[in-house]
Amino acid sequence: MKRTLPLILAMITGFIVLISDFIPHWPFGMITSEIEKWFLIISGFALILGQINLIKVNVNKIRFKAEGWQYFIITIASFAIMVLFGALWGTQSNVGLLGNGTKIVEVIGSKPFDYLFDNVYQHLQATMFSLLAFFIASAAYRAFIARTPESNLLLIAAILVMLGNTSLGSFLTGWLPENLDFLHLPNVSQFIMKYPTTAGQRAIMIGAGLGLIGSSLRIILGIERSYLGGN
Amino acid sequence: MAAKSIDRRWIYLFIFLGVAFPLIFVIGLPIEITENTQMAYDLIDNTPAGSHVLYSFDYDPASMPELHPMAKAMVRHSIEKKHKIIFTALWPMGVQMIDDIMEQLSTEYPDLVYGEDYVNLGFKVGGIVTIQAMGKNFRSVFPTDANGKKIDKLPIMNNIENYNNISYICSFSAGAPGIKEWVQIGNDVYKRPVTGGVTGVSAPSILPYVNEQKQLTGLLAGLKAAAEYEKLIGAPALATAGMDAQSLAHLIIIIFIVIGNINYWRNKKKKGDK
Repeated sequence: MKRTLPLILAMITGFIVLISDFIPHWPFGMITSEIEKWFLIISGFALILGQINLIKVNVNKIRFKAEGWQYFIITIASFAIMVLFGALWGTQSNVGLLGNGTKIVEVIGSKPFDYLFDNVYQHLQATMFSLLAFFIASAAYRAFIARTPESNLLLIAAILVMLGNTSLGSFLTGWLPENLDFLHLPNVSQFIMKYPTTAGQRAIMIGAGLGLIGSSLRIILGIERSYLGGN
Repeated sequence: MAAKSIDRRWIYLFIFLGVAFPLIFVIGLPIEITENTQMAYDLIDNTPAGSHVLYSFDYDPASMPELHPMAKAMVRHSIEKKHKIIFTALWPMGVQMIDDIMEQLSTEYPDLVYGEDYVNLGFKVGGIVTIQAMGKNFRSVFPTDANGKKIDKLPIMNNIENYNNISYICSFSAGAPGIKEWVQIGNDVYKRPVTGGVTGVSAPSILPYVNEQKQLTGLLAGLKAAAEYEKLIGAPALATAGMDAQSLAHLIIIIFIVIGNINYWRNKKKKGDK
């Protein structure tokens, strides 16, 4: 019963949603709208579940002194500070439990939550993303080696797209006459992106789409049961 | 003796200088408008004044350097065209991104009135299901705006029920849920024009939607497209400044790739000689 009931529920729900796509009228359309509302409510709880899980995982790592456990203290502390500041003085558009923190705003220029978001969180995130530039440069130096005909193709395409996707491409081949416009680097880059890349990407998307249909059907028909836990 | 591989710290140093130098001393390399950017621009430009439009901010501060400039440029264009903007976010941090852009633009356009010219509906969890539910009725998903005010009390939301009342949808997306989901529901199901911007790295996976069926009406891919858009609206800003840095960084990467290949072939030749 523990497994059968969820399987039956999944099957009925799956079929109703599937049918409502073809027959969006009563009762299927109405039921699907309700199911959508339930989904949104459950998703909200999933956020809370995620936060509880974050605390649980990190607290356990600190308690059992896992490798680098000191870093997990920072995670918990950062989480607690943001939640506390958000709850007490609110955010830019929301009032907190202690009001808007007018006196604090006079000193630091914004609410504590927004201050930390603008001056710490944003910059830390942007820094993480920006570091990619260094790793990509180092990886490109090691990986783009013309060893085989295939790697030659990859190398040439990469260089053309890299040049074409920057102002440098326009600068280097901007002098070309109109009848040689197809050799203009931004045009070459666009051609590569529009045809070979898109063709390859479409093949992947069609494959993934078919896979999605297959696994959805397996779930609806009760063949795929891993989402219930266990084997 | 085999050619030695370059210490990665040298690569890091050159990339750092390549990015920092043009940000301090602007080179002013040319910016050329590409087809996809022009399509997105035309969609906004040809939408009549007073039309209601939907902007979805589906990114967080990690993608801010790349997506924020294009978001600012497109929102600015919509404001210039007197569109009524409805903001929403499929990512929790998207709300802060909206606030940040509107805070900047409100000082430049002091006549903008919240609730009349624009509204921030805020974040709603659920991704594609949220988009789908909005197609039936905005109010069932967003009974209040981000400030907790009932949307029925906001003049901008008068007679706005669902996507039928929206002229175009614009999503700035750093992943899922994002522009792909807006295309799948907003365009494929509700037949609304969808446009927007993505990070350079995710462009290849979204570009197939720019096709004959116009699932996507143009796409801004990466900082270069943002710079192109800034040029089109005649308001050069962050993206234009960043293009020199990106161009130089790309050039440095290409130089290192060439050096790497020379080293490889020299080593291979030496091994062959032995």
